[in-house]
Amino acid sequence: MKRIYSVFVENRSGVLTKVAGLFWRRCFNIDSLVVGETDNHDVSHMIIVSSGDERTLEQIEKQLNKKIDVIKVNTFDAAQAVTRELMLVKVKYNRSNRKDIMENCEIMNAQIVDLSGNLMTIQICDTPERVQIFLDTLKGISIVEITRTGTIAVPKCREQ
Amino acid sequence: MNGADAIVKCLQAEGTEYVFGYPGVAICPFYNSILDSEIRTVLVRQEQNAAHIASGFSRITGKTGVVAVTSGPGATNLITGIATAYADSIPMICITGQVDSRLMGSDVFQEADISGACESFVKYSYIVRDAKDIPKIFKEAFYIASTGRKGPVLIDVPIDIQQAPVRSFSYPEEISIRSYKPTVKGHAVQIRKVIGELEKAQKPIICVGGGAHLSGAAKEIRTFAEKNNIPVVSTMMGLSVMPTAHPNYFGMVGNNGQSFCNRAMNDADVIIMAGARVADRSISQPDLITSNKVLVHIDVDPAEIGKNAGPNIPIVGDLTAIFEELNKEEISIDDERWMDYLRNQKKQDAKISAVSRAVAGEKRSADEAEGTAPVCVDPKEFIRRLSSAMEDNAVYVADVGQNQLWSCANAVIRNGRFMTSGGMGTMGYALPAAMGAKIAGGKRQVVAVCGDGGFQMTMMELATARQYGIQIKLVVLKNNVLGLVRQYQHFNYHDSFSVIDLSGSPELDKIAEAYGMDYMKLSDEPGMSSVIEAFLADKKSVLLEVSVDPDEIA
Repeated sequence: MKRIYSVFVENRSGVLTKVAGLFWRRCFNIDSLVVGETDNHDVSHMIIVSSGDERTLEQIEKQLNKKIDVIKVNTFDAAQAVTRELMLVKVKYNRSNRKDIMENCEIMNAQIVDLSGNLMTIQICDTPERVQIFLDTLKGISIVEITRTGTIAVPKCREQ
Repeated sequence: MNGADAIVKCLQAEGTEYVFGYPGVAICPFYNSILDSEIRTVLVRQEQNAAHIASGFSRITGKTGVVAVTSGPGATNLITGIATAYADSIPMICITGQVDSRLMGSDVFQEADISGACESFVKYSYIVRDAKDIPKIFKEAFYIASTGRKGPVLIDVPIDIQQAPVRSFSYPEEISIRSYKPTVKGHAVQIRKVIGELEKAQKPIICVGGGAHLSGAAKEIRTFAEKNNIPVVSTMMGLSVMPTAHPNYFGMVGNNGQSFCNRAMNDADVIIMAGARVADRSISQPDLITSNKVLVHIDVDPAEIGKNAGPNIPIVGDLTAIFEELNKEEISIDDERWMDYLRNQKKQDAKISAVSRAVAGEKRSADEAEGTAPVCVDPKEFIRRLSSAMEDNAVYVADVGQNQLWSCANAVIRNGRFMTSGGMGTMGYALPAAMGAKIAGGKRQVVAVCGDGGFQMTMMELATARQYGIQIKLVVLKNNVLGLVRQYQHFNYHDSFSVIDLSGSPELDKIAEAYGMDYMKLSDEPGMSSVIEAFLADKKSVLLEVSVDPDEIA
């Protein structure tokens, strides 16, 4: 079971270590973790995706709430949220596969953002599932480098 | 005024009477400033023990213990003490000196990342970056340590911050931390539900844990149990919440507890866990206490509720406040059958142990007649008699190992206090913790019981006791082995004993003499009562060595 934790924390040094350390010490999974500032400079916002059984997922929420630097924790499932992930992938192309790649990009709404004689960098920003689908279309193509942001999410407007 | 002066002013504002610790260069500004205050200092012989003394002090006074040590090795030595306090939720402020803030991170002499190292053992930690933050940090730290689920808070103070000038000092009167609002009052709806369940219940039981001591809820819990005729059992940390001989009290649960208490938990139809974690040593099969019964779990820490067993009725809040509410309700439980059944079980159990004691006694007499008996004392009988002879409100501090299990099962507590390192199981805890209890308790009788392994881990503190005139009553159960490990190897490794031999230990009479203590020895049973009497009556610090058979099982 996967769950998304939207965690508002004090924007202080060491807080990321404390939160990440909590997951490590209590053997909780981190599928992805994204941190950024909010509109309030004193508050940072983390989106943590974790997986486990129901008791573990509940413990994660309670243990996060116990951390004194954690201001607020919201939890939701992917279905209750708008989720996005950004991926940049650099591939080696040649004359024979160039067209296929471009077609896949078009179908999946990905953009080629950088190009040289034999390399191209593709950007896709979509739900984590669709990012994975796009990545699967690149199988058989020589991938030079991939970088992904991890999931960010906000609860759907009608969920609030 | 400098940062160090400001720290001392904060401690004064919090009413700190004692600071336990060990200086070094990085904490010298603080130890210089403290000279100008009425706060008393106690120099320990190893930093870990400063935390144990503070822990014993805190358990008796209910106040937050304060420890101050230097950077690097001073701070790292303290870690076991901090972890021990954390496991038992003891409120404590640990001040560590740190190297100059401009050098932090460059691995200079005696630098250690103590706040990083302690992250999973503290409730919260601070590194002071600016001397003007000191009042706010200390106010917050004391508040965090002593509220909600209590625990140690670490404050790391670089030496230049201690030396930095502070223009003005004002200690905040109130504190509000937006991310920390511990719940005190139990939810009224949940409390109603508990009453509803108890009205239907035929076999209710209360299991008290260490939280009852931390909250100071013993009186309210006793009242609740008496008023509603509900039996009470205890975890190791909850021992002495109920007097041993209280008619509603039955004993300790867990793999080291009385088996009929565990059966009672399984037989019950409503269990009220009060300030207990449902930890592995007390409840080995959490599923059993949730099947076919209603589990009510009351704890100040919401994360403990449902961690090991899913409760039917969770109540978050302070035990005293919740039991005060519960005591306002009238519940009609007048069914004596359950209580009678348990009393009967207890009697049966006592009979069985009396028989096995008699058998052991006969074997002993036979061995003695043949001249093959080891010259030693039955530790269980010794602990029963020792604790029975102690003063009404005495403090009994058990160490860790076989001595602890014998103590838990046999110590008779009236209106006194039983304490031990239950969560972390830190060997050597008893002596320094008993010193802290003695400092806190004044004339109150304090007895520490340990084995010869644990004793040698912290025996250097006998010097501290002598230096500050802290009267020690120390029992060392001596069997020349690490008894509990040996017992474990006996049962699980077919007597293939490994690394448990303590030969080479010093003669305890000489240790006692070296530290200016009286010394007594008990090596066989006939003299037991008179030795115990003399031991308890001694006005000086006294070490009582009790010979125990290494084959004795706990």
